[in-house]
Amino acid sequence: MSTILEGLYYAESHEYVKVEGDFGYIGITDYAQHELGNVVYVDMPDVDDEVTAGEDFGAVESVKAASDLISPVSGTVVEVNEALNDNPELVNSDPYANWIIKVQLSDPSEVEALMNAEAYKAAIGE
Amino acid sequence: MENKRTCLYDKHMALGALISPFGGFDMPIQYTGIVDEHNAVRQACGIFDVSHMGEVLVTGAESEKFVNCIFTNDIAGAPDGKIFYGMMCHPTGGVVDDLLVYKMEAERFFLVINASNIDKDVAWIMEHAKNFDVTVENQSEKYGEVAVQGPKTEEIVERILGLHCSDLAFYTCKEIECEGETIIISRTGYTGEDGFEIYASHAFTNKVWDKLVESGEVKPCGLGCRDTLRFEVGLPLYGDELTDDITPLEAGLGMFAKLDKDFIGRDALAAQKAEGLKRKIVGIELKDKAIPRHGYEVEADGKVIGVVTTGYNSISTGKSVCMAMLDIEYTKLDTEVAVRIRKKVFPGVVTKKRFYDKNYKK
Repeated sequence: MSTILEGLYYAESHEYVKVEGDFGYIGITDYAQHELGNVVYVDMPDVDDEVTAGEDFGAVESVKAASDLISPVSGTVVEVNEALNDNPELVNSDPYANWIIKVQLSDPSEVEALMNAEAYKAAIGE
Repeated sequence: MENKRTCLYDKHMALGALISPFGGFDMPIQYTGIVDEHNAVRQACGIFDVSHMGEVLVTGAESEKFVNCIFTNDIAGAPDGKIFYGMMCHPTGGVVDDLLVYKMEAERFFLVINASNIDKDVAWIMEHAKNFDVTVENQSEKYGEVAVQGPKTEEIVERILGLHCSDLAFYTCKEIECEGETIIISRTGYTGEDGFEIYASHAFTNKVWDKLVESGEVKPCGLGCRDTLRFEVGLPLYGDELTDDITPLEAGLGMFAKLDKDFIGRDALAAQKAEGLKRKIVGIELKDKAIPRHGYEVEADGKVIGVVTTGYNSISTGKSVCMAMLDIEYTKLDTEVAVRIRKKVFPGVVTKKRFYDKNYKK
């Protein structure tokens, strides 16, 4: 059974966004990290890069495969989780505490197109 | 077409394995995780279901002559029980498949081929056998096969399975009468560690699996770590480092192609050697941890100079490394090249294609 947190917004491609004011913290869900297996590298954008809802902004790599990261929202990257450079496995141990990028949201209403916890739970069949 | 299943399929399902298609079979990729399975083989002992591999038996008065005609390595006059690694080549020098040839006795040879190539290989072997006094039999469905690999394997196989194997030298085999059947055990593998491969009936293969797994001393290992293990020690995988269009010389396997004897493809390889290679597989070590993967382009001097054949973040060394087929002028050690990974280009240097030392018992 995957951990799904209330209050977050979820994308079909298994990223979440946690909104705090004008900012969103984007990471991958517990379901996604489990499906990927041992994460060995997280390819992150640079601060000040623009991300667009529905477009890739990096990748999470397990031993076996690279998986694109699709941004659930649009905005400007204000921070990347530097800890993942040295310890990418943090994404496995707690994917919600270990978000990947923090963005300044350009259109906060975009989250309305995403799933809530209940809908995401149904989407992954749990 | 539905994928085939090996005789151990139910064991994999019971263990909760992640199953994926490979070479026409539904195979276990991992059970608990690629990293801990990989480490179990490097440090202790793991068991792999490799029943998908194909087996072809060649018998008859001209069997040695025939096998030597289709096989790049030289088996002439070998002692019984000796095993050879080599390839079957097209007349162009491209590789039909890489395989092991087991010399069981004077007129009996056991060929072990890749699952994905069974149909192609059997047709190839049959076609060329027409002019020889030999019998060719595809025994792939008859045999189950497990590979037991890792530094503790010899002791475990002797104690838990009761099979005497410490007398086997590297790349030799023997037949053992066991529970009313004849099994084959060889000191071979595809991990860079010491270990054995056991060919037997489906029923016996299941017993071997159960005894070893239930002992708690042998970890079930999937094809995921089989690939990371073979990769780290520079062993090729057909489909990545070897194809119908890549020659043994380009793959760096010239030592297994004996140009001083005749075999199909020999003249093409001799000509390629005389002219000099235009491309070759080398290792590349990246400075960053980004992972170069099969099919990614390699660049230098502002142009594409090759392609990655296999790449990983090496579990044993932590470095991001790959094997890649590069234009020959970029294959010298320490040449600076770069791999394009998604939108970025990551710098690296050419290295040997062995990233971790083999730990064979010879």
